[in-house]
Amino acid sequence: MIEFKHLSKNYQKKKVLKDISLSIQAGKRTAVLGPNGSGKTTLIKTLLGLVIPTNGEILYKGSTVSKKWSYRENISYLPQITNFPDNLMVKELLKMINDLRGGTAAYQQLIERFGVDNFLNERIRNLSGGMVQKVNLILTFGFDSDLYILDEPSNGLDPTALIKLKELIFDLSGKGKSFLFTTHILPLVEQLADEIIFLLEGEIIFQGSISTLKENHQTNFEQAIVQLLQQSDKFRGGNPAQQQKIS
Amino acid sequence: MLKVLKYSFFDLLRSRWTYLYFLFFLVSAATLLYLSSGTSVAVISMMNLEIILIPLVSIMFGTIYYYQNADFNKLLLSLPIKRSKVFLGQYLGIVASLGFSFVLGISIPFIVYGIFYTSYWDDFLYLLIVGVILTTIFLSLSFLIGVNNTNKMKGFGLSILTWLMLAVIYDGIVLFVLFLMEQYPLEKITLILTILNPIDLGRTFIMLQSDQAALLGFTGAVFRNFFGTKTGISVISFVSLLWVGIPLYYNIKKFKMKDF
Repeated sequence: MIEFKHLSKNYQKKKVLKDISLSIQAGKRTAVLGPNGSGKTTLIKTLLGLVIPTNGEILYKGSTVSKKWSYRENISYLPQITNFPDNLMVKELLKMINDLRGGTAAYQQLIERFGVDNFLNERIRNLSGGMVQKVNLILTFGFDSDLYILDEPSNGLDPTALIKLKELIFDLSGKGKSFLFTTHILPLVEQLADEIIFLLEGEIIFQGSISTLKENHQTNFEQAIVQLLQQSDKFRGGNPAQQQKIS
Repeated sequence: MLKVLKYSFFDLLRSRWTYLYFLFFLVSAATLLYLSSGTSVAVISMMNLEIILIPLVSIMFGTIYYYQNADFNKLLLSLPIKRSKVFLGQYLGIVASLGFSFVLGISIPFIVYGIFYTSYWDDFLYLLIVGVILTTIFLSLSFLIGVNNTNKMKGFGLSILTWLMLAVIYDGIVLFVLFLMEQYPLEKITLILTILNPIDLGRTFIMLQSDQAALLGFTGAVFRNFFGTKTGISVISFVSLLWVGIPLYYNIKKFKMKDF
């Protein structure tokens, strides 16, 4: 479904993504993991066309995304930090995004699911962080897309909302939708992801299922991630070909 | 694009800054009209006020708005919309809302005063036109600063500096140049220097139109003699268009290549 071919991105002299090639299959829930600044968000943003890659190509359903916009009709994106326009009310923001996406939104069920009914007439600047994230989720899941890209979806959510989010993801996954998400919460990854991509300093150091990772390291998921980081520490500064061996 | 424009416009219309801006023009136009010794004096005072204040407010407000929207842009640009349409929609949205506050703010007192029953009604229209043009130009410049600087503080600094340069320091430089070149014919230089500054352009436009060229002194006389009023106006209009168009063209080009 998605293919990154020799993708790299430099911000001035800093190399954020280094020659990344990978493919992501349709219908899977893929987690992109890595420490802060490893390039997770940048990778996601190149797919959305928010960040223009320095080199390489991205194919979505077989066609290039470079300088295109219509492919995004099929993608919903949950950004990490969202400053919505301060003066709009929640219902106006929902209406606005619906207008911009061609009026295909199905918000009502989600509004009830996340308990936002009583906040529809509130100005966004008066909402708490968690409530803003719920609005953000409604904007993302309100549209029927083939691919949902979620950047830190659990940010600021209370436990009830988080459970509802997980249910929603499993519901949609059951309908064959694909997910690409980032998070720092490892238990969440373990519950949600079919496949993980581990990035470190702009390079992929592991791609595969959680069970493979656990088997490779003969331990539980969290420990396996720690070991993965320690191993790559040893290779840091060494030959990139050696790093590839880990994966 | 129209949808983005519509929402930026309505979002901004509810900002208290837009109200303050509207109220400021309402109160100052009313005060000038009713407390000045004559209508022509009120028009000239209003002009002096607007050619200083509109650039300042537009460039600052535009820069603030651009940075404030930077996060939301990440969401907008992830939607199936062309980048250039997002940019133009937001730009025209802020032009529309600031322009609207200004036009409404000075129109109410002028119309209530009965400007259309005096011989100064055309001067009033020129005040409106110049105000809107200055709004458009300085918002375009503010977006230029925003697009080119991710650092907000640097952006705000540049905005203030740009305004200070064009509104205050520039006149000093012009005087200095004219003083240095006293022995030479100064018509062409004065002309070029005027065209290079949108605030001077606005001032000249109103002066030429309102038969008050004498107040402009040397520049007004040069413009009159050199172009005759109609040609002068065409040149000013054309150059104003360039002042809006060039930064805007560059902005869109840069915005398309920018990382968010």
